[in-house]
Amino acid sequence: MPLLQVENLRTYFHTRNGVVRAVNGVSFAIDKGETLGIVGESGSGKSVAGYSLLGLIPQPPGRIESGRAMFDGVDLLSCPRHALQKIRGKRISMIFQDPMTSLNPYLRIEDQLIEPLLIHDRIDRSVAMEMAMQMLKQVGIQDAATRIQCYPHEFSGGMRQRVMIAMALITRPDLLIADEPTTALDVTVQAQILELIKKMQNDLGMAVILISHDLGVVSGFCDRVLVMYAGRIMESAATDDLFYRPLHPYNQALQKSRPALQSKGAELYTIRGLPPDLSKPIAGCAFAPRCEHANDGCSLNEPELQELEPRHHTSCVRVQKGDLKLK
Amino acid sequence: MPSKTLSKERAPLELEAADKGASLWSDAWHRLAKNKLAIAGLWIVGGLSLLCFLGPLTRYLPAAIRPAGLSHSYEEQNLDARVTPPDARHWLGTDQLGRDLLSRVLFGGRVSLMVGLCATAVSLTIGVLYGAIAGYLGGKLDAIMMRIVDILYSLPLALFVILLMVLVKRSILLIFVAIGAVEWLTMARIVRGQVMSLKKQEFIEAAIALGLRKRRIILRHLIPNVLGPVIVYATLTVPGVMLLEAFLSFLGLGVQPPMSSWGSLIKEGADWMEDAPWILISAGTVFSLALFSLNFLGDGLRDALDVRAAKD
Repeated sequence: MPLLQVENLRTYFHTRNGVVRAVNGVSFAIDKGETLGIVGESGSGKSVAGYSLLGLIPQPPGRIESGRAMFDGVDLLSCPRHALQKIRGKRISMIFQDPMTSLNPYLRIEDQLIEPLLIHDRIDRSVAMEMAMQMLKQVGIQDAATRIQCYPHEFSGGMRQRVMIAMALITRPDLLIADEPTTALDVTVQAQILELIKKMQNDLGMAVILISHDLGVVSGFCDRVLVMYAGRIMESAATDDLFYRPLHPYNQALQKSRPALQSKGAELYTIRGLPPDLSKPIAGCAFAPRCEHANDGCSLNEPELQELEPRHHTSCVRVQKGDLKLK
Repeated sequence: MPSKTLSKERAPLELEAADKGASLWSDAWHRLAKNKLAIAGLWIVGGLSLLCFLGPLTRYLPAAIRPAGLSHSYEEQNLDARVTPPDARHWLGTDQLGRDLLSRVLFGGRVSLMVGLCATAVSLTIGVLYGAIAGYLGGKLDAIMMRIVDILYSLPLALFVILLMVLVKRSILLIFVAIGAVEWLTMARIVRGQVMSLKKQEFIEAAIALGLRKRRIILRHLIPNVLGPVIVYATLTVPGVMLLEAFLSFLGLGVQPPMSSWGSLIKEGADWMEDAPWILISAGTVFSLALFSLNFLGDGLRDALDVRAAKD
């Protein structure tokens, strides 16, 4: 049984300009200790999917229209608030994109670090402090004993993200949701932080969902990857399969657009057009208007994710039917 | 701010002091300490409070070491020495019933400062909690709570307090509560606004993701973050409240004789302006001094805590 099984998750935002279908029928599963990447461009619903799992969507305007997310026999989407509160921060933790604003500026690091322990484990403050110190050393903060008394503004961005990681992992969760944990950091620090997450994952044996728009980050980090577009999953596969044997034109186009793979001086490949307006209903495949291989059939029915090869799913109707062979 | 790591490398001896972690509060304190007017205000307010609270106690000292001018009770009448100008026995003179003015001014200061502090504390508690709850929970509850504030705002509040004072048996406690209960409205609005912008910040989201309850988020994460503007507004509320008390006392609705407050002394002084100008002068001077100092202190705090000019 997978650690977390998400089925048909739909999160809509009811705004003045209509209903924005931010996440539209997403299903996936993650096993114990596995690393799952979710990639997609801005507005593809990858973060909203992560937030929905932990009940972090502001409601209203947001609403979870349908779906189940089974975690250890509990449906995260429909369970009562207090049950969810026991899971968040204890068994599922989250780290956020911007470490500069994710820490409370008025509390010392020590107070913020031990907070999850005090709430969830109800242990003694001095014991919690000991664990916090240990954790801070583990995430690579020098001089932890003195640094733990500092305030967030006395830390650099990378250091703060380390503190965030320490805070998220101090309760030894089974699942870590990392929402673009390196986007706000500069490149050298990015690599360090990813390495740190990997190391902590090995130490604690937890599963990680890495939400990112950086294909490079995902390729080096994840066991399995979901590609999202317009609130839907386009393709999901083991990392190597996804990168080397794409089964969806969108994924293929994404791979082709990576500057690193192109010869110097050649014109960069881009996907023409813009992502669709999610507040309008989309008939058929969301990517069809921008797809090089689209035909009339593509805009007829909403495509379904199908397993074409073992653990390799695609939602492209033409690939499913076999009348389109990519590459 | 100079980076801590730099100073660590250069001066290992200072490491312990420098590494304790400088909070935003201590930063603000350093900025405040540079503001001479605010510091002067702080000293004057502190000095006045000390004088008012300790001064009247000196009459219990043994006669040998007790200064002659401080040996009077605020309510002890000496009909032989009515309306005497300041002299060696009565440093600020006496009033129409022969009561020593200095002890009345000091005692009145206790009442005025207490009203200022207590009523502000009352308004602070109600306003901050109300505003934080409305702002954080939002939605319909927020709409209802803030409409209530709007309605109360539209009532002439001085009139409301006067009505309360006339209808209910008067006591100092009632003055604290009555003034505090009408002064919290602006505080609630300020806090609500701050909380609404804060709750969208990621550290609040992070707190929710950590499994914190609403109560803990409000008390531990939101309120400390709004304290800056709250403190500024509170220091500006203290003189406002004192003025309101003086106004009530001036109308005869505040503290009742034989007790005194700065407001009631000013009224007395106004009645006896021609025969005994020293009453009005001394009470008025001390009161204005206190108000000025508090306002300067409030302004200094506002600059130090760097909030956009607090609106009244």
